[in-house]
Amino acid sequence: MHPAFSVIFLTTLSGVGQGLFLALVTAQSYAAVGFIELENPSAFFGIGSLIALLFLAAGLFASFFHLGHPERAWRSIARWRTSWLSREVIVLPLFMGVVFIYGVLHYFGWDPNVLGVSNPLQGQLSLLVGLVGTVICFALFVCTAMIYACIKFLQEWHTPLTVANYILLGTASGFTLATAYAAIQAPHLTTLYAVWAVIITLSALVTRVWSLLRNRRIQYKSSLRTAVGISHSNIVQKSQGFMAGSFNTREFFHGAPRQVFLAIKWAFLVLVFPVPLLLLAAGMGSSAVAVLLAAFLVQYAGLIAERWFFFAQANHPQNLYYQTVG
Amino acid sequence: MTQLALVIDLNVCVGCHACVTSCKQWNTSGPAGYMSDDNPYDKDPTGTFFNRVQTFEVGNYPNTETVHFPKSCLHCEDPPCVPVCPTGASYKRESDGIVLVDYDKCIGCKYCSWACPYGMREIDEHQKVMKKCTLCVDRIYDTSLPEAERKPACVMACPTNARLFGDVHDPESEVSLAIRERGGYPLMPEWGTKPANHYLPRRKTRITIHEDELTRADNPLKKERKQAPHTIEGPTLDDSTMW
Repeated sequence: MHPAFSVIFLTTLSGVGQGLFLALVTAQSYAAVGFIELENPSAFFGIGSLIALLFLAAGLFASFFHLGHPERAWRSIARWRTSWLSREVIVLPLFMGVVFIYGVLHYFGWDPNVLGVSNPLQGQLSLLVGLVGTVICFALFVCTAMIYACIKFLQEWHTPLTVANYILLGTASGFTLATAYAAIQAPHLTTLYAVWAVIITLSALVTRVWSLLRNRRIQYKSSLRTAVGISHSNIVQKSQGFMAGSFNTREFFHGAPRQVFLAIKWAFLVLVFPVPLLLLAAGMGSSAVAVLLAAFLVQYAGLIAERWFFFAQANHPQNLYYQTVG
Repeated sequence: MTQLALVIDLNVCVGCHACVTSCKQWNTSGPAGYMSDDNPYDKDPTGTFFNRVQTFEVGNYPNTETVHFPKSCLHCEDPPCVPVCPTGASYKRESDGIVLVDYDKCIGCKYCSWACPYGMREIDEHQKVMKKCTLCVDRIYDTSLPEAERKPACVMACPTNARLFGDVHDPESEVSLAIRERGGYPLMPEWGTKPANHYLPRRKTRITIHEDELTRADNPLKKERKQAPHTIEGPTLDDSTMW
């Protein structure tokens, strides 16, 4: 498939925003049961939610560049019963709304004790909103990933590993950002976030490498025999019906040379996993903001490469019909 | 239930592209608007087409065979492109099974083209909406046309009658008979899309002739004359057959 940067930025930026929100709720849940103490929680959660919201808004903004008619984008909420894309279009603004409410509740300290328990739980309304947001956050990850995983003939994508990768890679980048954010805003949380960022990044490494290994051994169900319906082991295309390009030759091929394609794979394997892990390990003890911020930036750059490779690797069966110019 | 479809006979298609040009002509002049082209007379021409004719070579030299393969939307009975559409712009008509795009609702997200394993949908680069074969829906129901012309433009244009049009759910229709009696098959059956369009395979007409069918061992027309000695050993057809 042709990797579109609008979709690459949509999925990676909203993944960061979602992961950061999950990180905030994690800290609040820890604090609610007394595992950790929070200093100045309203600023920490309020500004953190704002950052998450900015990432989500940037992702939403990027998504509009994918549309031929962005002014009709509102129509895409219509088919939520059948279309994962429609579901994503509904869940993304819904999630942004919840993140906004979560941030506002914290920043202005509107946190009534709705559960009627005061010890050890504190900040109960915002905690409830955070838990609802967590459910919606995972729903958004699933919607985004299922857009790709539900297409059964894109065999590289049609696997539960796609969903696992979207969840774990998004969450990993969000927790890495949360580590850098904590180093600035609440240094005593840096180690907590860094440890989680390392754990989630390592989990993402497992599922992503697993999906790479799976896709290496993939057996394509379609061939020229089934595409044209002629039972012969030697079928060669002589003409695709036109001499230059068409939508079919542009949209379904990544167009990069083999070396570039492989280089991007190794680039993301290095940038998403070992480099941020080393930087996190180096920066977590001293809460070195620059090192932790570098960890996030490197990982995010790696995720752009990862998403590019994710699209480029998928081999659409329609390509069987477009192999020879002539 | 009606399911209109094309049946394309690969045995008689000569790859002349008349269906491609007539399709483009009819649909670019239609009420749904033009089908845009870029650089039509220049380097790297590109444009929107509903129909393509491709050419494949089958077999190993010298025993090869050229197969011309017209390719347009198959109007699947279970079209994977329809449920993925977020706006409902892509739909399948219940009345006649034609898969259509509502150009006023399409947001141009291209998701349906990803969800078509055959690559039958093409985006119009200028109108920014997804386009595909309509089975000439603006023609086949047009009562101002003579009844014989209420067929898709490609079917009308085909000089070898390689394209048949009709209802594949009516067991007695021309297309159903062709599928049933001439081995009509769908493309990529492995994805369960149940394409309505079918293709008729190439056919070979072969006769088997043995040597003793060419040489009469005892020619009754020359019975009175001196017989040439038999060159064929053993019993021949003439020993067992009344000619």
